[in-house]
Parts: sequence; C-alpha cells; structure tokens
Amino acid sequence: MIRDINFNDFVYMLLAARWTVALSLIAIFGGGLAGLLIVAARMSRWRIVSAAAFAYIQFLQATPLLMQLFLVFFGGSLIGIRFDPWTAALIAFSLHASAFLGDIWHGCVVAIPRSQWEGAKSLALPYWTTLRLVIVPQAGRIAVPPTVGFLVALIKSTSLASIIGFTELVRAGQFINNATLKPLFVYGFVACLFFAMCWPLSKLSQTLEDRLGRGLQPRTGRGI
Amino acid sequence: MDQSFSFTSVFAAYDQLLLGAGLTMRLTLASVALGMIVAIVGAWAKTSGPAWARRLATGYVEVIRNTPFLLQLYFFFFGLPSVGVRLTPNDAALLTMVVNLGAYATEIVRAGVEAIPHGQTEAARALGLRPLQVFRLVVLPPALRIIYPPLVGQFTMVLLGSSVVSAISANELASVANSIQSLTFRTFETYFVVTFMYLLMALAFRGALGLLYSLTFGRSGYDRTPAR
Repeated sequence: MIRDINFNDFVYMLLAARWTVALSLIAIFGGGLAGLLIVAARMSRWRIVSAAAFAYIQFLQATPLLMQLFLVFFGGSLIGIRFDPWTAALIAFSLHASAFLGDIWHGCVVAIPRSQWEGAKSLALPYWTTLRLVIVPQAGRIAVPPTVGFLVALIKSTSLASIIGFTELVRAGQFINNATLKPLFVYGFVACLFFAMCWPLSKLSQTLEDRLGRGLQPRTGRGI
Repeated sequence: MDQSFSFTSVFAAYDQLLLGAGLTMRLTLASVALGMIVAIVGAWAKTSGPAWARRLATGYVEVIRNTPFLLQLYFFFFGLPSVGVRLTPNDAALLTMVVNLGAYATEIVRAGVEAIPHGQTEAARALGLRPLQVFRLVVLPPALRIIYPPLVGQFTMVLLGSSVVSAISANELASVANSIQSLTFRTFETYFVVTFMYLLMALAFRGALGLLYSLTFGRSGYDRTPAR
C-alpha cells in the first residue's frame, strides 16, 4: 500500500534524529574516555604498551567501520551474549571513536615543542605536573578543532548503525520511503536534518582552526 | 549444525572473496581517478573560477561533506529512478563514491592550491600564460605534491568506505561477505576474514601510493609530513 506523505512522517523523522544525536554523544564521550587511555598508553615508557596502542589505532583506522560494527554485533554470540543493535552500535562506535580521538590527541601532544618539556624539567616540575600545567593546556587548545571535526564525521557514521537494524535517522527515512515511495523527497529531508546538525559544527571547527592560525593546512575530511 | 569456531566454509569460498576484493579495488581506483577530476575542477572553481562557479562548488562541497555517505547512496540508488535514471547497484555505488570523494578532495586540493605563493602565479601571468595554463602548469603540480599525504588518507577512506555500498548489494567484497555468511551461517568467521582482507588491502594500497610518491617526487618530504 503506497500512501501519501503526511505531517506525522516528518515528526517521526525529526524524533528519530534524537537517536542519531544520542548515539553520537554517547560514542564521543565513551570514545573520548577510552581515547585518553589510548593516548596515555601511546606515551608510555614501556615499548610494548605504546606499540599495542599504536597497533590498536592502526587496526581500527585501516579496517572498515561497517565490518567493525558487524564483528561486534555478531561477535557477542562467541562469548554467549546476543547484543541488540543499540548495544552493538554503542560499543562499535565508541571503539571507533577511541582510536581516532586517541590518534588526534596524541598528535596534539606530540605537536607541543620539546623545549616545553625541557623547560618544565629545568624548573624541576614532576612529570604529572608538567603534563597538567604545561602540556595539556597547550595541547588541549589545538585539539579542539579536529575533535569537533571528528564529531561531525561520527554523526555521519552513525548512519551505518541502520544497517544492523538500529532505528536512527536514515532507517526512519527508509521506513517512510517504503510506505510513501518518495525517495528524493524523503532522503532529501533526512539529508537536510543531517546538514542542520553537521554544518554548524563544521563551521565551528573551521573557525576555531582559523583562529589558531593554522588555516593554511589542508583539512582532511574524515568519515563516511 | 556444529557451533564451534570454523573457517573452512569461509575459505572454501575464496574465489568469490577474491572476485569481491577485485571489484572493491576497481571501484576504488575508478572513484579515485574520476573523483580527482571532479576535485581539480572544483578546486579551480573555488580558487579562481567566476563567482557563480565558486558558489556552486562551495554548495556542492558543503552539502556532501555534511551528510552521510550511506544517505547519498540511497539518494542516488533509490531516488534517481523516480526521475527516470535507473542505475545498477554497481553504477550507483561508483557514482556516489565519485561524488563523495570529489567533495572531500576538492577541499584538499583547494588548500594545496592556496598554499602556492602568489608570486609564482603572478610571474607565470607576466610570462604571458593564460589563466588555465597558469593553473595547470604552475599551480597544480607543486600543490599536488603538498597535498599528497592527506589525499592518500582520503583515498584509503574511499577503499574502506566502499564496504558501505553493500547496503544496496553492489557485488564488492562486503556484499560477497553478506552472501557467504547467509549461505554458511558462519557470520562472525566470514566478517573476521573479510575485515583482515580489507586491512591487507588498505595497507597495500597505502604502501603502493607511498611508493608512487617517491617515484614521482623523490624520497624526501612524504614521511615527514604527518599523514592525517
């Protein structure tokens, strides 16, 4: 039965956007916390720990997100748990975010000139104090624009959760399209909603980056 | 059915997996070639084109970069038939990948073009080169060298992102995986093997592009630039 598109359909899609937002927010927080651990591991004095963190980042960055999502979704049964799409998506996107944020933030820490570490050492500051008072404030400032940029990529990536059956914005659009058969209109509307979420963040990331005076560096877009 | 961990049935389908990997690679290479043409035209429009072309290119880049690839894929595959353009899954996949990469790469190429000092373009114009010649002969070659590392990152994203086109059953690697797992019920094993195939392909692809860089531009520069 093909019916006309009506007001309720738009409300349905608008409400589905909150699942996209929720998944993105939880993944960026979960991934952010795990990402901090990755940065710490990456900076560890033990070679094996930093090598493991490096391998973790490389693996998650060089394999498709969709496959990671499938591995988590179907991998639960190996340990006797059947993940529902929501849990699987949360775990997969948090892992994904932790690798990318870990890599971005590690880059920001490395970007702080060596002389800053040496200066702090000559002032007899202990390691953790150096980190807290000297490195993190400077690294944190340059970390904000790429982190916001990654959030945009993450919001877009959450659309992949629709493939394992998690009802977010794109899947809601599929439902409405199946009932009304107006793909250009429905997917166009869903695109507008994504644009409304992502574009202000993209602009913010760009403005912050320009303000840091690094605007000439090529900005690479991440994510699918 | 035996429920222990077993890869036998996955490896038995190795010929299908290789065919799928071949198509993934071909899709990626075709998208890179066509996407770079789009990107260079887009970057030209954004940096030295007339006002209308600049606005058009900016709109294209912003819309594509702020909407999900999957949605763009659905838009082309399910949406275009309603205006009379019917695409096979593989063609829709290629179209979406080109349009998507074109937008991201436009921004990368633009950044490279803007990094070329003004003195060089002015000197070229003073020598009597026409604007398009200035862009093609003077601006583009050094710009491409600067942006090579971020482009490689973006191309790798295209290779990995191509798995998403399995959502419309184009018959590349991820789709092959879908059909193998639905026949053998070895779901995890199938995706496990395929994930490693993607990993190998991505590493080989990146390695090959790095080699291409040293063959074209010489050894220096590539490794020292942080590849994002």
